[in-house]
Amino acid sequence: MKVPENKLTAESPIEPIPLPEKVIIPLHQNIGAPCETMVKRGDKVLTGQKIGDSERFVNAPVHATVSGEISATTTVINPPTGQPAAALVITSDGKDEWVELEAPEEPEALSVKEILGKIREAGLVGLGGATFPTHVKLSPPEGKKIDTVILNGCECEPYITSDHRVMLEYGEKVLSGLNIIRKVLSPDNVYIAIEDNKADAIDHLEKLIVAMGFKEDFKIIPLKSKYPMGAEKTLLNTLLSREVPIGGLPLDIGVIVHNVSTTKAIHDAVFEGRPFVERVVTVTGVVKNPKNLLVRLGTPLRSLIDYCGGIDGKASEVILGGPMMGISQPDLDFPVTKGTSCVLVKESRPIREQDCISCGRCLEACPMYLIPTMLAKYTKAGRYDECQKAYIADCFECGACAYVCPANIPIVQYIKVAKSELIKRAATK
Amino acid sequence: MPEREFLVSPGPHLWRGQSVSKIMYIVVLALMFPTAAGVYFFGYHALSVIVVSVAAAVLTEYGVKKLRKRPFVMDGSAVVTGLLLALILPPTIPLWMVAVGSVFSIAIVKEAFGGLGHNIFNPALGGRAFMTASFSVEMTTWVLPMGFGADAATMATPLSSSFVWEADKLSLYRELFLGNIGGSIGETSALLILIGGLLLIALRIIDWRIPLTYIGTVALLTLVWPGVALPIFTSPWEDALFHVLAGGLMLGAFFMATDYVTSPITEKGRIIFGIGAGILTVVIRLFGGLPEGVCFSILFMNAITPLIDRYIKVRPYGFKKRVRSES
Repeated sequence: MKVPENKLTAESPIEPIPLPEKVIIPLHQNIGAPCETMVKRGDKVLTGQKIGDSERFVNAPVHATVSGEISATTTVINPPTGQPAAALVITSDGKDEWVELEAPEEPEALSVKEILGKIREAGLVGLGGATFPTHVKLSPPEGKKIDTVILNGCECEPYITSDHRVMLEYGEKVLSGLNIIRKVLSPDNVYIAIEDNKADAIDHLEKLIVAMGFKEDFKIIPLKSKYPMGAEKTLLNTLLSREVPIGGLPLDIGVIVHNVSTTKAIHDAVFEGRPFVERVVTVTGVVKNPKNLLVRLGTPLRSLIDYCGGIDGKASEVILGGPMMGISQPDLDFPVTKGTSCVLVKESRPIREQDCISCGRCLEACPMYLIPTMLAKYTKAGRYDECQKAYIADCFECGACAYVCPANIPIVQYIKVAKSELIKRAATK
Repeated sequence: MPEREFLVSPGPHLWRGQSVSKIMYIVVLALMFPTAAGVYFFGYHALSVIVVSVAAAVLTEYGVKKLRKRPFVMDGSAVVTGLLLALILPPTIPLWMVAVGSVFSIAIVKEAFGGLGHNIFNPALGGRAFMTASFSVEMTTWVLPMGFGADAATMATPLSSSFVWEADKLSLYRELFLGNIGGSIGETSALLILIGGLLLIALRIIDWRIPLTYIGTVALLTLVWPGVALPIFTSPWEDALFHVLAGGLMLGAFFMATDYVTSPITEKGRIIFGIGAGILTVVIRLFGGLPEGVCFSILFMNAITPLIDRYIKVRPYGFKKRVRSES
């Protein structure tokens, strides 16, 4: 499916923004278990100091992203889950004093276990938006052979350019991080998938691959710019003509997909011992100067938008993430979290739901070959069991169906309602 | 609670913007080709039938929406219904009958079922079926194309048993293709229907599967059936080509059978729909009491569309047939 690209910031180099006066660090920023706080109010913390962790395996710790004092605890609504999560507020002392980073003397000599430990300690999660803890993804179950690793540089959502800029400006680190993954999983093939609207990134990485001696190991595969190409399951289908079984993960067919920003952060964690405290965020839409910013996690959205010259034009929504899968925010107090790749300010789309005319456009658009309109109809009728039979769990909410729907039906919203209803039912059984 | 500064709306936050009304008006545009042919061949008669039918359809839609206390949206669907109905009526039908049929199409076939998206039957075809039952003489009185000039002279339609063609075969095909022959207002010119229909396929408004399988099935069945429609035909190929071009098949296949609401939603379902309509059309044409079967075939397939949609599933991504264990 074609969507308007609107990549306003493709040419804008990454700019670091000044340190915020305070940061808000939610204790739950990954899929899996939340962290428990390791500090209390009034504690002094250094940049990069671990302030939240958990015993659970599927978890990634959180770190202080500025130096200063823990000034409050608060609650934020975490966008992907919609659940409230505890958060720590750090008031910056403006000095940005770092913990001592433990850079290994010989990073090449690290064992797989040591590498995974460093990745976990750095608090790394999938930065494409899924926020699944990286060390877990790199620990396939015993006996499971990973034959293919895919580096995902598709960035198929309109507007977002953070991965694009990361490939251009941190290309060496992206490839070095990928090489670390190759070491951990020893796959037969490593592919780099990039949409052909980023020809400069393809060129740049192609040259780096040669320069860094990875010519035998990594293969770049340019893909057509199509939505949702960057979604794991779509990508596998396009690239390898392999389908992940229903309800399964790419792992089940021996494939693991990692985002380019994640591998850059893997390099930082393993080679420099640097915890994940800042990321690249595209700030775009109707702001005065759309930019790609290097931002400390926990920085309130307001600071980002102010840095870009403020809202400039008609705007009614602030969206975390891209326009297709992003989630709109009620205000600008929410902080940048690990999964924030973009802040988009725009006018809302018109919403005037009409009755379905059964045109079938949603079927054509659905990358999972579901019948989205039937899922919406079943949900309206309260027939959640029918939704389940129609494989509603396989929907990853890419929004393609609602994008093309002539009747303007918020299909994804209906699907979300049915999914949460089904989860509730399963829990009470 | 802090005051809400921004709207929170469900994603996606982009919309392609191809609305129902845009689609309907594109269909109206495509229908202008057969409409132009109808007006060219049947003059003032055709024009007045079209105007009355469309006006009655839109006014009825407005009235029924008011009665049902629902918002009236000028989404173009009533225009499509009114226009389609006009195109499948005889040119000389009395205008009050046109109005009655058009009101029936909208009020009973469409709105009584819940309006656009909920109707089981194609409203225009439902209206025509009603008119066939109510005004049987007027609905079967056909005239020679007379343009804006001469008086109407009656003429049998090509599919009727009383149809005779005295000139050569080639000129018969030419007239069937160009439209200079007796029939409903919009069905006579295969050429202009084809232009409109291919336009809709090119713009991805309609699915090619239905017209292709529908027309293909009619062609195939009339090809293998030993009899021929007219004594002048010497090969089954000539007979099949005649069945494809004559009557309402082209108009029905491109503009009626492809109606979203009343045809299946899946690709496989659409193929079944097209083949089913094709079989029924040939059966009615060859063995039925009526000369033409397009209208009733499509209506019948409309009726079983909910069944098709219930049982024809799409294979979801990653679905594997359960493999029976060997032991």
